[in-house]
Amino acid sequence: MDIIYILIPLSILLIGIAVTVLFWAIKSGQFDDMDSPAHKILFDDDENLPK
Amino acid sequence: MSQNNCFHCGEIALEGNRWSLDIDGEPQIMCCPACKAVAETIIGSGLKDYYRHRTALPEVSPQQKRNASNDVREELKLYDEMAIQQSFVIRTKNEQRQTEAEAILVISGISCAACAWLIEHRLNQLEHVISASLNLTTHRLIVRWSDAKVKLSQICEEIHQLGYQAHPFSATEAEQLRIQESKTAFRRLAVAAFSTMQVMMLAVPLYVGELQGILEQYQIFLRAASMLFATAVVLYSARPFFSAALRDLRTRHLTMDVPVSIAILLAYFSSVWSTVNQGPEIYFDSVCMFTFFLLTGRFFEMRARHRMTQAGNNLLDLMPSAAIKVTLSGNVVIASNDIQIGDLLIIKPGQQIPADGLVESGTSAVDEAALTGEYLPIDKSQGDALIGGTHNVESQLMMRVTATGAEAELNTIMRLMDRAQQEKPAIAIFADKVASRFVAAVLIIASTVAIAWIVIDPSQAFWITLAVLVVTCPCALSLATPTALTAATASLREQGFLISKGHVLEGLNQIDRIVFDKTGTLTRGELSLEQSLPASQDVSLTSQQALKIATTLEQYSNHPIARAFDFIGHFETDNIEQVTGQGVKGRLINIEGQEDCTYRIGRADFAFPQQTLLPPIDDDRQWLLLADDKQPLYWFALSDTLRQGASTTIAQLKNWGIKVAILTGDPSAQVEAVASALDIREVHKGLSPEQKLKLASAWQQQGERLMMVGDGINDVPTLARADIAVAIGQASDLTKTNADAVITNNSLTTLLHAITKGKKSTKIIRQNIYWALLYNLLALPLAATGFIPPWAAAIGMSVSSLIVVGNALRLLSTDKQLGLHLTE
Repeated sequence: MDIIYILIPLSILLIGIAVTVLFWAIKSGQFDDMDSPAHKILFDDDENLPK
Repeated sequence: MSQNNCFHCGEIALEGNRWSLDIDGEPQIMCCPACKAVAETIIGSGLKDYYRHRTALPEVSPQQKRNASNDVREELKLYDEMAIQQSFVIRTKNEQRQTEAEAILVISGISCAACAWLIEHRLNQLEHVISASLNLTTHRLIVRWSDAKVKLSQICEEIHQLGYQAHPFSATEAEQLRIQESKTAFRRLAVAAFSTMQVMMLAVPLYVGELQGILEQYQIFLRAASMLFATAVVLYSARPFFSAALRDLRTRHLTMDVPVSIAILLAYFSSVWSTVNQGPEIYFDSVCMFTFFLLTGRFFEMRARHRMTQAGNNLLDLMPSAAIKVTLSGNVVIASNDIQIGDLLIIKPGQQIPADGLVESGTSAVDEAALTGEYLPIDKSQGDALIGGTHNVESQLMMRVTATGAEAELNTIMRLMDRAQQEKPAIAIFADKVASRFVAAVLIIASTVAIAWIVIDPSQAFWITLAVLVVTCPCALSLATPTALTAATASLREQGFLISKGHVLEGLNQIDRIVFDKTGTLTRGELSLEQSLPASQDVSLTSQQALKIATTLEQYSNHPIARAFDFIGHFETDNIEQVTGQGVKGRLINIEGQEDCTYRIGRADFAFPQQTLLPPIDDDRQWLLLADDKQPLYWFALSDTLRQGASTTIAQLKNWGIKVAILTGDPSAQVEAVASALDIREVHKGLSPEQKLKLASAWQQQGERLMMVGDGINDVPTLARADIAVAIGQASDLTKTNADAVITNNSLTTLLHAITKGKKSTKIIRQNIYWALLYNLLALPLAATGFIPPWAAAIGMSVSSLIVVGNALRLLSTDKQLGLHLTE
C-alpha cells in the first residue's frame, strides 16, 4: 500500500498541470465562444472555393 | 419549401420565375431583385454551400431591408471618418511595418450558424482582409484588415451585400468587467470541480477504512492530501461567498451567503483540526462538493445574466454619434459631444439629428415618432424646429444648433426618466423573503442545538452542531430560484422575449394592468397601403396596374410613404423627378398596349394641379393621388396598421382579467380607430411624456401593478416607472436599455407566452422552495439528535439538489404543453 505515497503526489501534480493548462485556455479566450465552433466543424467548405 | 417561395428568403414569389437564378444548373425562384442580388453574390463567391448548411431562413428579407435604408453606401462612408473610427478601431503595426486595423462589428440579421460561415468566408476571401471571425453567441465579428489597402466601409458594404447589416461596436468598461467576471468565475468553478473529484476519490478509502479499519499512517496521509485540495477550494473558489457574507453582515441583510460561509468555514477548520490532531471526522469532501454545487448554480445564473446584457449592449451605441459641421474651410465630421450652439450642421437623409436646432435651408420630412408618437413624418422647411434624437428621412437639411447637452429636449425626457426610476416600485421576490427567514431560523436552531449539547455532552456538541449546519445546508434552497429562472429565461429567449432584469419573471404573475403605447407598439409604426379607389368611374386602369405604376414611381422616393409601396413589379422609366414634400413624377415607357405617358403620384395638388381634389373618404388616413396628364386615376389610402397578433393578445389579456389601456402621444383620430378595433376602452391620446408618467403613477397609487409596453423615447419615463417595462424589438436604443425585457420577434403574442411562462416559473420556484424546506425539516431533527453521519448528509444534499434542478428544467419546455394555442 505504500505505493500511495508516490501515486497520490503524482495525481496532485497532474491535477496541478491540468488546472494550469485550463487557466491558460481560459485566459487565451478558448471558452469565449461556446456556440460557433460546434457548428463550424459541420461545414466542409473546401470544395467550391475559387482557387 | 413550396414551389412558389423564394429560394433565398422564403417569401412568396409573386412574379413567378421572373427573377429566377441558375444554381447548380437548376433554376431557382427568387421573389425580388434584392434576393437575386444577394444570391448572386453568394454563388459568385463560391459559397453556395450556405444554402445546404443553413437551418433557418434569413431574418430579414433583402427586399424589406432595401426599403428600410435607401442610401446605405452613403451612411457606411461615415465609418471611414477618423473622428468616428477613434472610438472603435485599434491600429497596430505588423512585421512589415504596415498598419493593420482591427474592429468589432455587431452583425444583425444572423439566423443560424450558416450565416456566420457565410460572412466569415466571404470576408476572408477579400484580398486585404487579414482575418474575420464571428461569434455566434454575441453576433460580434472581429475583423482585421490592412489599413492602407481597404476601407472599413467596403467591408461593411460586402456584409451588406450578403443581406446582413454591420455596425461598429466599442466595448464599454462594464463590458470589460463582465468578461473579467466570467473568466474568474470559470476558473473558480474549474478549481472546485477538479478538487471535488480528487477529494471524493480520497474519501472512498477513508469511508471504507472507517468500516474495515485503516492504518493510522494511511489515514493521516489521505486526510492531508484531501486537506490540500480543500484548502485550494476554500481559499480560491469559495471566496465570493465570504465577501458576499461580509457585505451582508455589514448591511444587516441576511442572505444565503451567511450560513453558506459559516458552514464552509466551520467544516473546513474542524476538519483541519481533525487532520492535525487525529480527530473523529473530516468534512473536506462536503466542503468541496458544497462549494462546487453552489458555484455551478451561480455560474449558470451569471451566464444567463451576461447574455441578456450583451444583447442589450449590442444595441447600444450602434451608430457612432457624429455630425457633419460646415466651416469656412469646408465640411468636417465632428463627434456629437463637440457640437456647440450656433454650429451649422448638414443632416443627410437617414441620419439622426444630433442636437436641437432650426432648419437653415432645405426641406425634408423628419420622423419624430420616437419623441411624439405621431406616426406620420413631419415636413420641415426653413425656420422649423428640429429635435435632437429624431430622424431625417427624406433629403438633406442644413440646421443651426440652438441647444445641446443638458438643455436639449431629449435630456429633459432623460431627467424625467431618472426621477421615475427612483420611484419604481420593487416587486417582492418570493425566494428572497423565504431565504432570509430561513437563514435566521437555521442560525437560531444551530446555536440552540449547540447550547443543548454542551449541557448534555460537551464532547459531541461541536460535531453535532456542524452536522446541523452541513445537513441543512441551504444548497437546494439556493439552487431553487436560479435554476428555475435560468431555465425559464432561456426558453423565453427562444420564443422572442428577452429578459434583462431579475424581477420580471416573478413580476409577470402579479400584473394588474398593461399599458400600451400606440404607434410602433400596437401598430407597426410604419405606413402600409390599406385601400385603393379609382378617382372616377371612367378610369379604365385596374387597381393592379395602378399599384404597379405607383410602385415604379415610389421606388425613387426616400420618403417613408414610399415604403408602403413595396410591391413587386416595375415598369421601365424615364425622366424621374422627386419633389420633396410633394411627390414623384416620371415617364413610364415600353408598357405593353399603352403609349408612353407621364404619371405623377403624391399630394393631390401635386399629382393633378389642374383641379382641387378631395379624397373620396374624409378620414385621418394619408391619401395619395395617382394621375396622368389628362385625369386623376387612383386614390391610395395609407395608414399605420395593427401589429401582428395585437387583437389576439388583447383579447387573451382581458380573458385573464388583466386591465388594458392605451397611452399615446398621437393626437390624431387614428387612436380611436385602433382602440375600437382592439376593443380597448381606456384610451388617452395626445399625451406628453410627463402626462403619460402621471397617468401611470396614478394607477400605481391605486395599488395596481403596472406593465408598460412601448417603443418610443416618449415612453421612456413611463417605462422607468412601471413595475415591468417591456420594449418592442424595433424600439429606439434608449427605450430598450431602459426596459426590463424586450420582445425580439416583434409579435405581441410573445407577451402571452411570457406571462404564461412567468406563472409557471413562479409555481416551480415555490415547489422547489417548499421541497427544500421539507427536506430540511426532516433532516434537521435527525442531525440535531446526532443520527446523521457525514456520508448520509452528503447524499441527502446531492439528491435534494438534483430534484430541484430537475424540476426547474421542466421550464425549458415550450408552450405547446401549456395548453395555450395561439393562432393568427
